[in-house]
Formats: sequence, structure tokens, C-alpha cells
Amino acid sequence: MQQFIFGKLTLNDLPHEWFTLGGTGAFISLAILFVAFFTYFKRWKWLWNEWLTTTDPKKIGIMYIIVAFLMFLRGGLDALMIWTQQVLGAGNSPGFLGAQHGYLSAEHFQQIFTAHGDIMVFFVTMGFLFGLINLIVPLQIGARDLAFPFLNSLGFWLYLAGVVMINMFFVLGGEFAATGWLSVAPLSELQFNSGVGVDYWIWSLQVSGIGTLIGGINFVVTILKLRAPGMTLMRMPMFTWASLMGMLLVVTIFPILAMTIVLLNLDRFMGMHFFTLDNGGSPMMYWNLIWMWGHPEVYVLIIPVFGIYSEIVSTFAQKRIFGYTSLVAAVGAITLLSFSVWLHHFFTMGAGSDVNATFGIATEFIAIPTGVQIINWLFTLFRGRIIFKTPIYWFYGFVSLFTFGGMAGVLMGLPPIDFQVHNSLFLVAHFHTMIVSGALFGIFAGFTYWFPKIAGFTLNERIGKYAFWTWFIGFLVSFTPLFILGFMGATRRIEHYDASTGWQYLFMVSLVGVLIIACAVGLQILQLIVSIWQRKQNLDLSGDPWNGRSLEWATSSPPPFYNFAVIPQVTSRDAFWEMKKSGKNKAPIKYEDLELPKNTPMGIYLSAFIFLFGLAMVWHATLFIIIGLIGTISCIIIRTFDDNSEYTLTAAEVEKIEKRMRKRE
Amino acid sequence: MSLAKTIPNQDVAHHQALATDKTVFGFWVYLMTDLLMFGVLFATYSVLHGNIFNGPSGHEIFSLPFALLETMILLTSSFTCGLAMLAVRKNAKNQVLLWLGITFLLGLAFLGLEFSEFSKLISEGNSWQRSAFLSSFFTLVGTHGLHITSGLLWMLICMIKVKSQGLNVNIARKLTLFSLFWHFLDIVWIFIFTIVYLMGAI
Repeated sequence: MQQFIFGKLTLNDLPHEWFTLGGTGAFISLAILFVAFFTYFKRWKWLWNEWLTTTDPKKIGIMYIIVAFLMFLRGGLDALMIWTQQVLGAGNSPGFLGAQHGYLSAEHFQQIFTAHGDIMVFFVTMGFLFGLINLIVPLQIGARDLAFPFLNSLGFWLYLAGVVMINMFFVLGGEFAATGWLSVAPLSELQFNSGVGVDYWIWSLQVSGIGTLIGGINFVVTILKLRAPGMTLMRMPMFTWASLMGMLLVVTIFPILAMTIVLLNLDRFMGMHFFTLDNGGSPMMYWNLIWMWGHPEVYVLIIPVFGIYSEIVSTFAQKRIFGYTSLVAAVGAITLLSFSVWLHHFFTMGAGSDVNATFGIATEFIAIPTGVQIINWLFTLFRGRIIFKTPIYWFYGFVSLFTFGGMAGVLMGLPPIDFQVHNSLFLVAHFHTMIVSGALFGIFAGFTYWFPKIAGFTLNERIGKYAFWTWFIGFLVSFTPLFILGFMGATRRIEHYDASTGWQYLFMVSLVGVLIIACAVGLQILQLIVSIWQRKQNLDLSGDPWNGRSLEWATSSPPPFYNFAVIPQVTSRDAFWEMKKSGKNKAPIKYEDLELPKNTPMGIYLSAFIFLFGLAMVWHATLFIIIGLIGTISCIIIRTFDDNSEYTLTAAEVEKIEKRMRKRE
Repeated sequence: MSLAKTIPNQDVAHHQALATDKTVFGFWVYLMTDLLMFGVLFATYSVLHGNIFNGPSGHEIFSLPFALLETMILLTSSFTCGLAMLAVRKNAKNQVLLWLGITFLLGLAFLGLEFSEFSKLISEGNSWQRSAFLSSFFTLVGTHGLHITSGLLWMLICMIKVKSQGLNVNIARKLTLFSLFWHFLDIVWIFIFTIVYLMGAI
């Protein structure tokens, strides 16, 4: 009976080690704080009606960003723990807190770098990007909403369910996967990992991956079908283009991830033999499949960010983007090429020199469109009247580091060199240079740039610039040593090494860099607090604080929930810029009735049942598997019977809201 | 409908046309993602079908006449599903219900046959745990069967709606999506029939 209800879960599994207890304490106190806050201010109803059940992409975007930021702190803490261990784990110095070397046991260290990778990729970068895309793309294309507002809400809640799942071992116990962020087979098979760690990994990624896939479909349809009249494809802003490409990638690759995880789960749950070492399974299948998803996935992280940089460069140079058509072509080329290079992640696995050469050449090709983009941005800046606001600082940081990291990638793409440096810290340094300076800096830039559309005021410039410089210096101090360490032969994912290697002082330098980055993050939080504190000084009443070019600046800051009272007519690229020049943005307005999606809690219920199902699968708890399954199916059926998912906002009401906003000016 | 009360008819028609347009397109995109999932399974099957590990090979366990019967039933169900859609165009409620009902029964028969094939294999000791070949066979064919099952559930809901609400724009749109789904499963099955059964039995 106990088996039927709780499966493998017993009291012994509850958190009892210092690190899990630390996490448990942190999460429970956060939850208590959250509940206390909303109870004290009596804001539960507001939270539920205005936020949790919303179908407004702007609000969903903000929720994405909040969750992603919290996960960013957690992933950052993981990074700090990894680095500290690598400094302490040298030589034969005795460990403490029960570890053999340093303060983390090998098993625990492995769990931390696995969690760090998964959290930073899936829940931080993807979360931030989905947040910004939700917030901005509908505004940029002059749409009132997404094609499928309910699915958008569902996508967010599935993402959140994935976030909770990956942190669930802090609450229910067990362990997290100690298999690296991709849980490669056969290491992730039952034979080597019989605990629940890999299952947590499976279901966290499965649940959030479905959410991502739904989001991808939604944005592809939105961008292709809901653009304002006159906005042809070649008139779309670069961020919209880049988001479209990123989302097309999502639509193409996330099915592969979903199925690969299903197969791994079938191996573990049903005793099948896809990737096992025995009964004819093929672990190499897993490597191919996971990297067929995994390589395009890093382009999903970076391509929308290219769009952000394009917007920022053009706005702050006060010029049209240089070579728009070639930029679109370059993004498209990167999207296509990203499918053809996955094998460069395992050149050393013995596919043979011809195969390696093919994939090596394909990899080198990617440098071409990437170079085209960088040249486009630099030529946009050339002879521009550049306004030095915080976002452009992030761009400068990006363009220098990214080129540098890209060179390292070109180097690693050559199979002979890859044989030397693969699986070393050189790879780690390359990857982080690309993703931190590429994706993360771009996200910070985009967040600063579009913050008025979130809150109605701009962020504090001075602290923002301090934060940038601290980040930039901290990044160089922490990752340059890793390039050197890689050449010295330091492999990645080691928690202990011999003192005679002479690596320890470089690890120490690197740790100092990480501490500088921690200060930078502190400055960013300070920037947010100070900006909110002094919001009256930085109010953005015009809706267009940077003298912007695309349609999101045609709305007020923050925009009304219906985005546009009247859908704008687009006649050229840089639509809003043209309107400002011709004075059309001041034209008198005739209001009309709007059809808007209703709020719905169904996304919450549905993802709660899916979450329950996943969690029960982790623990093999039959009863809850059944409940989760029935709940999920019932929710879907109930939703299909709900035909009134829209309501009408009358012209009079629209006029009232618009007048109220005008008064602020 | 509440929509009609507040805004002029022309706008309603336009609004609904747009909704149908984007929904059908969105569903096509979904179908393509589903196709990619099947693509992964086909690829896995192609790689692993020789890894029989002392278990039976496809040649020993597949029966072509049986697979042909399954195929014929599924193809016929696709045909009757098409007839149901024609009836939707003619706005003939009872015909829609009739053809959907026949489609449902054919789908159920297909599922029953598949179930009997699976249980026969398992009872002979050739379950998915035996070899990588059998794992990939059960997963590929089983995933298709799972899709058919959800299709049957969906069809049932559609039939209930047609019966209670009659034919309107909303239901016509849902039936369009359903028929796309059903034909899609048919195409996937053609590939399963060719790659798994035909090529396996030779």
C-alpha cells in the first residue's frame, strides 16, 4: 500500500545533508516570505486575477523574467560552489564537511555542475529570452496579443513546473543527477545511476521542454500571421526576425529533445534497451540525438540576442541598421547551418576522419555569417552619432568578448586541435565566453533598453554602468585563466587535482573573478532597487525614451493591456521612426471595439497535474501517476468545451483608458 | 453567440476567419513537430533494428497479411473521416455523426488488432525488454497507437459536441483540425507499414 501511494519515497530520502538542508531552508523561508508578504498586504486576489491567471503576454513576460532572475541567483551560487571547491581541492590537503578533498564530495560536486548547466541554459537564458520575446515581439509587430494566448500562459506554467522540479530534491529529498548537463548515456542508465537524480533531470526537462515547444509554435504563428497591415517580412524589426529564426529552431529541435528524453526514460522506467550497454542498445545514439538538439539549442540562446543587439546598435547610433538584408540573410544562414554541425561535440568518439572533416568544415562555415553580423553592427556605429547609454556599453562588451570567444570556437572546430583541447577547461572557457558575453550581456542590454515598457521608468544609468564594468572585468579575470588552464591540460568537471600541476593559483585568480562578478550582480540588484526608489526622477512619460525606431516605442510606457487602441499602418522599415518624421503618430484616433482573451486559471491547473505526473514518475508512485494523468486529460477536455475565451472591450472603455494615459503626459 | 450581439456581422465573420486561419496554421506547425518526433523514432528504429541480441528478428515475428489488414482498416477510416468532413461542408449533422461513428469504430478495430499483436509478442516472451530491436519496435508502433488513442478520445468529444450544439464555426474548425490529425496518423502508418513490416518481413 505504501508502495502504491509513495513509490520509492521513504522518510530516509528527506533532505538530511548540510547542502540539501541549506537549500531546503532557503526555499522554505522564501516561500514563507512570499506568503507573508501577500497576506500582510492583502494582495492575494490581485496576484491571482492580475498576474497568475493572465493571458497578457507582457505580464507573462515579466513573470518569466522574475523566475529567470531567481534561477540566475541559484545557478550563480552553484558556480561559486564549483569554483571554491576547485580552489580548495588541490593536492592532499584533508577535506572538511565530510569531503575527501575541499568541502564537496565528488558526488555532490557532480550534482552541482549538472544543476548549474541545466539551470543556466533552460531556466535562466531561455527564461529571460522568452520573457523579452513575450514582452516585445507583439509590440514590435503591432499585434494586440499572441496567436494563442492560453497556450502562452500554459507554456509559462510548464516552464515554472520545470523550475520547481529541478529544485524538488531540496524539498522531497533524493538527489540530483550527477551526469553532466546532458545526462549522457550510458552514464545516465540504471546500471550506473539507479537513484532518482536522473529522473528529476528527465522530468524537469521534459515538462519545461514541452512548454518551450508550445511557446515556439505560438511565436512562429504570431509573427507569421499577426503582423500589422503593411509590415511585410522584410519590414520586420531585427529583433522580430531573430526571434522568428530562434523560434523556428525551437520548433525543429525541441521535438528531438522530447523524444530523446522519452527514450531514456523508457530505458529507465520500462527496462528498454535504447542506450544501454547490454541487449543491443547503442549509447552513441544518445550522443547523436542529444547533440542534434543541443547544438541548435545554443543558437536558440544566441540568435534572439543578435536581434536585441541589432535594435540597440541602430537606436543608439541613431542610424538605420547597416545592411538589413544581409543581416537577415546572416541570421537565416546561422539558423540553417546550426543543424549541420552537431558532431563537432564528439570528434574524439571515433566517427572517422572523413566524417570529422565534414563536420569540421561545416563548423568553420558558421564563422562567416557571424562575421557578417559583426561587420554590420560595426558599420552601423560607423559615423553614427552614438549616445552612450548603458545598453550600448553591454554591446561593446559583447562585441569584443564574443569575437574573442568565437576565435576560440573556430580553433576548436578543427578536429586535430579539438583532439588536444576537448573536454578541457578551454572548452568551458569558450562556451562561457559565447553564452555569457553573447546571450547574458544581450539579455542585460535588452532588459535595460526595454525596461520602460515593463515599469514606465528607465533604470539608473550610473549604477548600470558600474555594473557593466564590474561584470566585464570580473568576466575577464575569471575566464582568461580557464583558457590558460585548458592549454595546461586541466580537464573540466574535476573536483580534485594534484598540487604539482601548478593549477591552483590560476584557479584562485579565477575565483577572484567570480567574486567580482558576484559584486556586479549585487550592483545590478542595487540598480533595480535605486531605480524603483527614485522612479519619479526617471519616469518615461513619452513612451519613447531612447528616440526609438520600431513600433514598441509607439505605445505608452508601460503599454495598455491591449497594446494598440488602433493597429498602426506600416509603410516602411523602422516604422515608428518614419511615423515620427512624417508626423503621423499625432494623427487623431477613432476608437473601435476590441476582442481580447479572457484570463484563465486552466494553464495553472493543467501544468500542476503534469507536474504531479512527472514527480510521481520520478518516485514510481503509482497512485499519483494515475491522478496526474486523469487530471491532465480532464483539464484538456474541460478546456475544449470552453468556447467563450474572449471578451469585448467597447470603444468607449478604450477611449477612457487612453485618455487617462494621455493625462500622465 | 455572445460575439454576435456586440459587433457587426461582418466583423464577426472576419474575426472568425482569422481565428480559423491562425489555428489551422498553428496546428500544421504542431503536426510538423509531431512528425519530427516520429522522425526520431524512425531513425532509432533504423539504427537498432538489426540489434536483435539473440532475440527474434523482424522476419520471424511480423505477419504481412496481418499488417495489411491493419493498414486497410486505417486507410478506410481516413476515407470515412474525409466523408465526415464533406458532410460538415454540406451542414448535414446526422451524416457527420454517422461517418465519424464509423471512423471511430474502424480506429477502435485498428487499436484492438495492434493490442492483440503486442500481447501475443509479450506472451511469447518477446517483450520490449528482450532486445534493442524490440524496444524500438514497441516504441515506434506504440507511439502511433497512443496517438490513435488520443485521436479516438478527441473524436468522441467532437461527436458529443456535434450532437449537443449542432454544427457551427467553432466545431467545424475543431473537426478540420481533427481530420488533419487523423490523416497525418495515416501517413505515419504508411511509413511504419513500409519500413517496419514490409522491409522487416522481406
